[in-house]
Amino acid sequence: MTRIELPASAESIAALKTGDVVKISGVMITARDAGHKFLVEHFIERSPQPDEAELFRKLSSLLRGGVIYHCGPVVAKDNGSWRFVSAGPTTSIREEPYEHKIIEAFGVRGIVGKGGMGEKTLEACKRFKAVYLHAVGGAASLIASSVVEVLDVHKLEFGVPEAFWVIRVKDFDAVVTMDSHGESLHKKVEETSTRHLDAIIKEIIQGK
Amino acid sequence: MRKKPVLHAIPVASLLDRARSRVLPWAIMKTHPEFSKWVLELIRRTSVDLSADIEGALQHAKTNENPGSPAASAFESVLENVALARKQSTPICQDTGTNIFFVYHPAGLSQRKMEHDIEAAVVEATSKSYLRPNSVDSLTGANSGNNLGRGLPSIHFHEWDKEEILVRLMLKGGGSENVGAQYSLPNTALGAGRDLKGVEIVVLDAINKAQGKGCAPGIAGVCIGGDRGSSYLESKVQLFRKLDDRNQLPELRELEERLYRKSNLLEIGPMGFGGRTTTLGVKIGVLHRLPASYFVSISYMCWACRRREMRIKNGGMTID
Repeated sequence: MTRIELPASAESIAALKTGDVVKISGVMITARDAGHKFLVEHFIERSPQPDEAELFRKLSSLLRGGVIYHCGPVVAKDNGSWRFVSAGPTTSIREEPYEHKIIEAFGVRGIVGKGGMGEKTLEACKRFKAVYLHAVGGAASLIASSVVEVLDVHKLEFGVPEAFWVIRVKDFDAVVTMDSHGESLHKKVEETSTRHLDAIIKEIIQGK
Repeated sequence: MRKKPVLHAIPVASLLDRARSRVLPWAIMKTHPEFSKWVLELIRRTSVDLSADIEGALQHAKTNENPGSPAASAFESVLENVALARKQSTPICQDTGTNIFFVYHPAGLSQRKMEHDIEAAVVEATSKSYLRPNSVDSLTGANSGNNLGRGLPSIHFHEWDKEEILVRLMLKGGGSENVGAQYSLPNTALGAGRDLKGVEIVVLDAINKAQGKGCAPGIAGVCIGGDRGSSYLESKVQLFRKLDDRNQLPELRELEERLYRKSNLLEIGPMGFGGRTTTLGVKIGVLHRLPASYFVSISYMCWACRRREMRIKNGGMTID
């Protein structure tokens, strides 16, 4: 087991390999479909507008060396402060068109989600020294217990699941499934299962 | 000239309010006085307390993986989470999904009143954090904040002969819903014809395409036949069956067993980490079809298979 403290250095990320079990501690930020679209359209494809300069500054400092968590949590508000109730990962592949741009532009070191991502993200992980970390899908109450504090929320108008939640986590469990050396566990598993499938289909057609 | 109102510009809440403000004779509309409260409890139980058959299958699956492997550690987290969610009364998964209700009731009860009571329970469950606000306007992107919306919750009523009400609820998450698939046979690319061999091939193809993205190990709900709409719906109805429920039709029983065995040879494993358990079960229903059509629909259910049912009779209720 390897510990990752955020913000993470390029060297510590480069040391990680596919299959490594990690525990993450520090400040991370959630983003999913609306958030990724927003980051790319507002901050990458154009310069931040004056009324968004403050948000850009805050997000940039969180993302530099930081981790994006693909998650739309269930939250509760007690005495005016937010709390994560249930917060597992959402399917990451939907962010494939955006993630490589965000890794490059903001210097993100880790993406936490589920299901893995594609070639563009894998390539960006290699070029800019980042990793994809797989959390256990559906293990949402357990993961919420490693979120020790909700520090802030941006763009709540996107709705609770889509907002940027700034959270402090302690010993957040994940497995490295795409590393910064071009290795992807997802690619390997899919190649194996498809080979099995082809053999099984052949047998079915031949009536075995 | 007055601008013509655009339908999608009217907020959903006001549409619902307007529907209700039609003078409905609530007083003579019969349902059970505790109905809404009991539906709230059904939602809570479904969201926080995984059914015993699913939990048992996950425990068994854990013992089949090599200790220390990513697959084994995934099952450990899954089981730890299930216990914690139950103890804390918090959602097993943050994606509390599409709320799909099936209500079977005796003659004489008002479906409009029951619909109203179910909606009230859904709103209450959202405010208690048993459900995530999950209803998004497809045109504006705005989240309604209370899980109500056009077509949400999804409620299906059936009148029956029994003197009891049965309410079934499924919380169907989006990640697993996205990997569902519908095939129109024959499918030349896969070599799948219009017979049970063809069905077997496309179901395995769908499970392979899903990889870990639908939170494997999953349960495949399958429907053979129907039209595109009815076929998908029946594939979901199949997911209400307990894992040990054996199909009444011998040919489907054999097909279910065969698909369960073969899908677990794919080595996709929990979360797609690679491993020995890829599915927990395959359940197949069948509908008549048109001569021209042969649909096979697959609804993929994640390991967090949240479905329960509530029976109301003799003035009381039980949840299974």
